[in-house]
Amino acid sequence: MARITMREAISQALWEEMERDPKVFILGEEVGVWGGTYAVTKGFYDHFGGDRVRDTPIAEAVIIGAAIGSAMTGLRPIAELMTINFAFSAMDHIVNESAKLHYMFAGQFLLPMVIRAVGGGGRQLGATHSQTPDAIFAHFPGLKVVAPGTPEDAKGLLKSAIRSNDPILFIEHATLYQVRGEVPDGEYTTPIGVSKVQRPGKDVTIVTYSKGLEISTKAADKLAGEGIEAEIVDLRSLRPLDMGPVLESFKKTNRAVIVEEGWRSFGVGSEVSARIYEEAFDYVDAPIQRVAQKEVPLPYNRTLEQMALPQVDDVIKAVKEVL
Amino acid sequence: MAETVIMPKLGFDMAEGTLVRWVVNEGENVAKGAVLAEIETDKATVEVESSYEGVVLRHLVQQGTVVPVNTPIAVIGAQGEKVELQAEGAPATQGAPAAQPAKEAQADVSPQTAPTAELAKPVEAGIPAPAGEVRASPLAKKMAADKKIDLRQVRGSGPGGRVVCKDIEMFLSQPQPAAARPAAPVTAPMAAPVAITPGVDRQVPLTRLRAAIGRRMTESVQQVPHFYVTHEYDMAAVMELRKQVNALLPEEDKISVNDFIVKAAALALLEYPNLNASIDLQKEQVVQHGSINVGVAVAVESGLLTVVTRNTDQKPIRQIAAETRGMVERARAGKVRTEDIEGSTFTISNLGMFDVDQFTAIINPPEAAILAVGSVKQVPVVVDGELRVGTRMKATLSVDHRVSDGAEGAKFLQALAKTLESPLRLIL
Repeated sequence: MARITMREAISQALWEEMERDPKVFILGEEVGVWGGTYAVTKGFYDHFGGDRVRDTPIAEAVIIGAAIGSAMTGLRPIAELMTINFAFSAMDHIVNESAKLHYMFAGQFLLPMVIRAVGGGGRQLGATHSQTPDAIFAHFPGLKVVAPGTPEDAKGLLKSAIRSNDPILFIEHATLYQVRGEVPDGEYTTPIGVSKVQRPGKDVTIVTYSKGLEISTKAADKLAGEGIEAEIVDLRSLRPLDMGPVLESFKKTNRAVIVEEGWRSFGVGSEVSARIYEEAFDYVDAPIQRVAQKEVPLPYNRTLEQMALPQVDDVIKAVKEVL
Repeated sequence: MAETVIMPKLGFDMAEGTLVRWVVNEGENVAKGAVLAEIETDKATVEVESSYEGVVLRHLVQQGTVVPVNTPIAVIGAQGEKVELQAEGAPATQGAPAAQPAKEAQADVSPQTAPTAELAKPVEAGIPAPAGEVRASPLAKKMAADKKIDLRQVRGSGPGGRVVCKDIEMFLSQPQPAAARPAAPVTAPMAAPVAITPGVDRQVPLTRLRAAIGRRMTESVQQVPHFYVTHEYDMAAVMELRKQVNALLPEEDKISVNDFIVKAAALALLEYPNLNASIDLQKEQVVQHGSINVGVAVAVESGLLTVVTRNTDQKPIRQIAAETRGMVERARAGKVRTEDIEGSTFTISNLGMFDVDQFTAIINPPEAAILAVGSVKQVPVVVDGELRVGTRMKATLSVDHRVSDGAEGAKFLQALAKTLESPLRLIL
């Protein structure tokens, strides 16, 4: 087991899959000569060449449109969006085409494509470049949404995504690139659509994913000091949403806190809590709590930005609320 | 949104309580879990914790008032929030009108019964559910249905008096309320003796606690056929082990001889569940309890209380010691919590510190047995035909003869000897 960063894990997944399958190629802004805005594809251009690591114009609709066309005609594109905020410029292609073509053409076309998008706030990039709109994309049937919280999952899930024949939005949180974690040596993949208990506990279930996992783990560490054992279930993908481990945990603890970075209204927490109420009503012992971003455009000011984002103390407070 | 705090039901048989003191004044902030008021019940003065965070907008009853359970006593909300309570015009001391459900209160209003100015709509939330309805979590409701428990009998500890899982568990662990015990103090009573004035009688009114002890003990002596079995224990090993253990612990964590006895009794009860039991005459059955909760009698100013360690058999001695110490301190300070004194399934009364050879204790119903523990003493003993100095302690078990017989009592005391005389078993 090597201890590497999330950035390295993602980079390894891309590299290994490009080596394995010549149909896999990358396109996006500054992914080639520059090596990627977050240096994920550093060295790829020199090794794989300009045909397979393609720089594009600053036009997200073009990036996604080209990815869809090439996927329909037999290639396996990995389209990089410098930030998920720019996906809104390509919304028609993502929602009306990638998510629906397989269905609308009665299965005549497969869309084996991955959209890698960098999301999340916390770096003082202002209201339009700091969003966490993951839940929006999870709304559409036909589009899978994956968002890992550990290097191991990032690598395994990205490899599965590249090999999948479905369009997949793969969301990487910008502040997790530096996070280190154990990654298995050698070849492995992680199945998409399987939630995972990242930390066992018995007193309360924390359901989270992506950046929320880091926050929740820190909160669980502090709570452990007070004798409160939180179980953390990492969703890892929002669609398909695997509620199995969540419900199993909830039936044990009878209380849940859902932690996400996006806004609270109509968010991941709304969906997960609704499903718990539907499927485990007789096990509910306290109203489920949601920890999420304050409902404002994310401020640029550092102090205000941190106040608006969910913090460790917010999770601790919510846990104590349900106990 | 304003929330109403109600007079909690702090025990199975509690019908009313006296609001002794408001700890948080009107207009002050209160955190969730902070002490809001002190309430005196038959058994003790208990602190009532706030289930909400906010500003205490209004006290609905005055200090010193006797209030029926489930009656609203205060409103907590946001700073500046307007409280519109129909109950305001009603005398708070009676409680009942304030406890009336909001809807009915509104419908029943007539010019004679309420000042029109304050009518408006009642506080939006927090008014207790109408009589017969109970707030409970879905899990609590399901548990109550499964176990055939009447939720109205269960005290809710959640927001707005909501019954939650742990309340049901608590309810199940206590067949009936434990009350003051006739047993003996762990430490000396705190009241200093009062000098006698020659020829003048002094009238001392019974406190609620004294009266409750009297009722329950009379009931026990009259209704429970007691028998007694005494056993002498070699305590040399416990005393030596305690010395070694305490040498490693800071002053505030020291373990008492009684803590060892509590643990040993819990383990012996595991082997003799029939003594961790209650008789149910109606159903003609003995209920052997699923948890072993050992109570320890503690002397307090106006009588005595029994503080309870839950699942005693599963806890290390150090934890038993720490929990007991905390509960004893609260009992002494008159700040005992309901959970400190409810739900014991077996009681120990230890008069060891008063140089007592042995004594018998009255069973605390509905328990089946109580252990009366004397002092640890150096005494002459005969070992292998030789006279030596031994370390001995006598303990007497009182048992309800309807539940068990002498042989079982004696075997229980032998089981106790097994661990007390090889006390490493207690710390494994």
